[in-house]
Amino acid sequence: MTKTITDVICPFCGTLCDDIEVVVSDDGKKIVEVMNACAIGYEKFHHSQATDRATRPRMQQADGSYKEVSYDEAVEYTAQMFAKSKKTLMYGWSSTNCEAQSVGHEIAEICGSVVDNTATVCHGTTLIAVQDVGIPSCTLGEIKNRADRILFWGCNPAHAHPRHMSRYSIFPRGFFTGKGQHSRKVVVVDPRPTDTSKMADYYFQVEQGRDYELLQAFRAALKHEWLPDVVAGIPKERIYEGADMLKAGRFGIIFFGMGVTQTLSKNHNIDAAIMLTKDLNEYTKFNIMPMRGHYNVTGSGEVLGWQFGFPYAVDISRGFARYNPGDTTSNDLLMRGDVDSVFVIASDPGAHFPWTSVKKISELPSVAVDPHFTPTTEICKLHVPVAFVGIEVGGNAYRMDNVPIDTRKVVDPPEGMLTDEQFLEKVLHRVKELKGVH
Amino acid sequence: MSEYLIKNGFVFDPTQKINGDVKDVAIQDGKIVDKVAKPKVIDAKGMTVMAGALDIHAHVAGPKVNIGRIFRPEDKLFNETPRKGMMRSEGGFSIPTTYRTGYAYARMGYTTVMEAAMPPLFARHVHEEIRDTPIIDEGAYPVFGNNWFVLEYLKNREIENTAAYIAWLLRVTRGFAVKLVNPGGTEAWGWGLNCLQVTDPVPYFDITPEEIIKGLIEANEYLGLPHSIHLHGNNLGNPGNYTTTLDTLKLAEGYKAKNNFGRDVVMHHTHIQFHSYGGTKWADFESKAKEVADYVNRQKNISIDVGFVTLDETTTMTADGPFEHHLTELNHLKWANADVELETAAGVVPYIYSPDIFVSGVQWAVGLEIALFSKDMMRCHLTTDHPNAGPFTRYPRVLKWLMSQKARDEQIKAFKASDKVVSQSQIAEIDRELTLFEVAQMTRAGPAKVLGLSHMYGGLKPGLDADVAVYDFNPEKEHKPDEIEKAFSHVKFLWKTGTPIITDGEIISHGNKRTLWVNPKVNENPQVMRDIHDKFLKFYTVTEKNYEVTGKHFIPNPFVIEVDATR
Amino acid sequence: MLGNGGTTVPKIQLNLITGRTIQQGVAIEGGKEKPRYREACGIIELDPSDFEKLGAWRNTNVRVTSAHGSVVVKAIDATQGPHPGLGWIPMGPWANSVVNPNTYSTGMPTFKGTPVEVEPASNEPVLLGIELVQRYCRGDKK
Repeated sequence: MTKTITDVICPFCGTLCDDIEVVVSDDGKKIVEVMNACAIGYEKFHHSQATDRATRPRMQQADGSYKEVSYDEAVEYTAQMFAKSKKTLMYGWSSTNCEAQSVGHEIAEICGSVVDNTATVCHGTTLIAVQDVGIPSCTLGEIKNRADRILFWGCNPAHAHPRHMSRYSIFPRGFFTGKGQHSRKVVVVDPRPTDTSKMADYYFQVEQGRDYELLQAFRAALKHEWLPDVVAGIPKERIYEGADMLKAGRFGIIFFGMGVTQTLSKNHNIDAAIMLTKDLNEYTKFNIMPMRGHYNVTGSGEVLGWQFGFPYAVDISRGFARYNPGDTTSNDLLMRGDVDSVFVIASDPGAHFPWTSVKKISELPSVAVDPHFTPTTEICKLHVPVAFVGIEVGGNAYRMDNVPIDTRKVVDPPEGMLTDEQFLEKVLHRVKELKGVH
Repeated sequence: MSEYLIKNGFVFDPTQKINGDVKDVAIQDGKIVDKVAKPKVIDAKGMTVMAGALDIHAHVAGPKVNIGRIFRPEDKLFNETPRKGMMRSEGGFSIPTTYRTGYAYARMGYTTVMEAAMPPLFARHVHEEIRDTPIIDEGAYPVFGNNWFVLEYLKNREIENTAAYIAWLLRVTRGFAVKLVNPGGTEAWGWGLNCLQVTDPVPYFDITPEEIIKGLIEANEYLGLPHSIHLHGNNLGNPGNYTTTLDTLKLAEGYKAKNNFGRDVVMHHTHIQFHSYGGTKWADFESKAKEVADYVNRQKNISIDVGFVTLDETTTMTADGPFEHHLTELNHLKWANADVELETAAGVVPYIYSPDIFVSGVQWAVGLEIALFSKDMMRCHLTTDHPNAGPFTRYPRVLKWLMSQKARDEQIKAFKASDKVVSQSQIAEIDRELTLFEVAQMTRAGPAKVLGLSHMYGGLKPGLDADVAVYDFNPEKEHKPDEIEKAFSHVKFLWKTGTPIITDGEIISHGNKRTLWVNPKVNENPQVMRDIHDKFLKFYTVTEKNYEVTGKHFIPNPFVIEVDATR
Repeated sequence: MLGNGGTTVPKIQLNLITGRTIQQGVAIEGGKEKPRYREACGIIELDPSDFEKLGAWRNTNVRVTSAHGSVVVKAIDATQGPHPGLGWIPMGPWANSVVNPNTYSTGMPTFKGTPVEVEPASNEPVLLGIELVQRYCRGDKK
């Protein structure tokens, strides 16, 4: 007889759905079925059970192949790497729980490492803008229950946060939004008419890379100021119309993503979007929220925040935290040759950093902690597989709106496999011995 | 096992009416005892000995505190300290990192701190930060004053249902007391609106702040909780708001405290300095501290904490969301806002209390006047609403001002618009100087009693927890005002639950801090449970089963206070 | 525009953007070592008007070159278009072979908005993801 585990939290994206149901075999070892998850979450749960999974650490050999080693050997290699390095880059953190992140931070503090998370290639520029102009925001339930103006700017939830629109932003019938999507007007701004834009009442096909001008144009339009005939490919009449429509709502939200964080204007785009939100508060209630990618990148930022005071790119090489994006961020450190070893965990820079950074990682002493085989694990000197958080071990994670949800364990990890936290504890213990600290 | 004898110190303990007598204090196995057999002896000759201090209201752990840290990297500039020995690295001035928070409180002799506001949906975050704050015992107050369950039950005057919901929420969030922030007004802020007067109705829910406050007083006393309701009243920060404050305080008239914890008050109004303003606009802004303090003096069933302004650049953060929006419109500094579904909101804005601006000078005066006009220091507690009116690390400076008229005069002279500060307040006319006995009331015995924790903290009576602070300050000598601040900035010795934490001014241990929470037991209430199931199914974005805080990774060392409220 | 052997090879200039797709998400969770990852991410989506200018057949390989690198991917019809002038490669090592790594002191590489040249390369293979990364780390010509 199988048993069904309810209220399971999906460990993929920042939507952090917590209504997944997983049917497991009677002996608690196999996942039989996964319900309510999107295609990506479904794949994650099922693939965790793949028989070709790495179950023990693998050390790179001289000829480029990998040979299996024990966890003890992996701990020793990692601890020695940390102890001998002047400045290790400890990157990733976004696909593991807060407990593991916290252990890693202590290693960083003892060894003088840099701790950076995936925000560095995702919403890092958002964080820079927030540090300049603040951020009026809310939890996702406020959208569900109150919002009648939904604006997706430079993001495509249909592909990147598949259940977002049905759980929170377009379709749900909330307390004050009983008519569901008919209670709401949806606006999409994107250089491509995406699958998300198909649900829009208003779609603005902005010229790629010109979001900054369009955001500022909206701000001017709110005040009925002069605009040129066309801004960023959009005729001014549509901009005035859009601004008036936003003002006429009673609770609006701007969701935004990589379309504005990764294009050339970067943090200036987000600054403009936040200021547009702040300006809208003179007319009606408006909030803004970044669509965070990994399911616990927000958590990494929170834990770094309360322990060190900064949300990413934290350089502890002098024993105390320093923060300066562009200087202490992973890609800059790698490209300038400013780190002498790399520890990657719960992320895949091999696939998601520009190739010049990845090449640098492959040239350095390096460790990749990841249950999967990835471009990162296949160019690092040591691959340490671990249990999947949210499937084989629980632990706290933070949703894109900063709400903390404690993930659950639904099945055991493969025999003898460690969790991130356990591996890091062993490394910490050994590092303390090597460094002579307590 | 662990025995200590603190000899020859000048002891100040209002709970035993000890006012500077030279007495010995004995510690055994974590408690204060009458005598010990083979103790380690500490000679406190010429020094001041008090129980560890309690902070009844500070924003030190949770989502809005962390928003403050994250969006103000400048708050860390030039004040970081590296890891050293067993001590973690520290950073931040107005919003310290959690490690600095624990160490900095301990350095001042504080051993128990209450996190002032916990949004229930974020309880795990609050508890994670509390866990990462070393040494001090902490508890957190979940907010109820804008909660949809509470608004609906109190609209129908269903006190028993409200009490059952409070009991459930305190348990699932591991919370300590019933907090209200801008009751009704923060729900109105969900639409960009506010409730400034206690009679302003909340949009849709059609209940007034008055009804919310009275209803929660009744529910709190129905449960017999250790602490009274803890209230941040409506209309904070606005000129002329003292009338709203008096309207608010009057709501406690006629109620009597019902509990088994020695608490006498039914309402604790927090940071009342921000609520004691006269005038009609900034230009004629003035202090109404006397009017408010006089009322509190007469009305013995309320207590207050002051929220002293320290004249620093600091960070304001509060669940009074509409106020923070108002503040950013005033000072044009960066604004963060976080509305929380069904429950509350928060706002964070930096603020500079500049001695060059007469309004800041009057705010500074208001805080000191409240204390100096108060007759019963057991009901008037020392806070800065950290970090709103100033960082908690300024408590020793506040003590200096309270204990030395000379220090106050120096500050008054240093204001740019000194004459206007003097004319708009009464601070220059007050010559009262608080005694150490009164300081011990404001910072130890008073808060412990109002929190319902006088069986554990706030005094040096045998049986209480051995939280003991020794300051290198001789009360029989004359002191320059700055010496007061210096002495109370750094204890010489500190014990927490009988464990030595600070020896000769150095931190030697992280101790074994506890997370305090209150678990009221009530009769089964199927209707409230149904309402809870219903709202989670329809309106929350987390499931009911995922809401409760469980697990040692959040609360490694809980201390539960059980309350039997069954009928 | 001279290619090999003296014949003119059509090349088009495009503005390249990258990002997520459901297929990319499913592929990464299914294992980046698998061919499905190449199918999901070793592609470039082109607007029909750009296909016409390019003169390549649908579902054949093309070479994408920028100032920062070069990669071979399969050209397919735009799935979320029209977007004339824009090329779309899902995030991953193929896109990261050509995007602008410069962060301009923000920490963030300039992943979106890279000027590229696209030319037919039907005889060149699209590498598997891990193989591609290992090759450029070793300094092999791609």
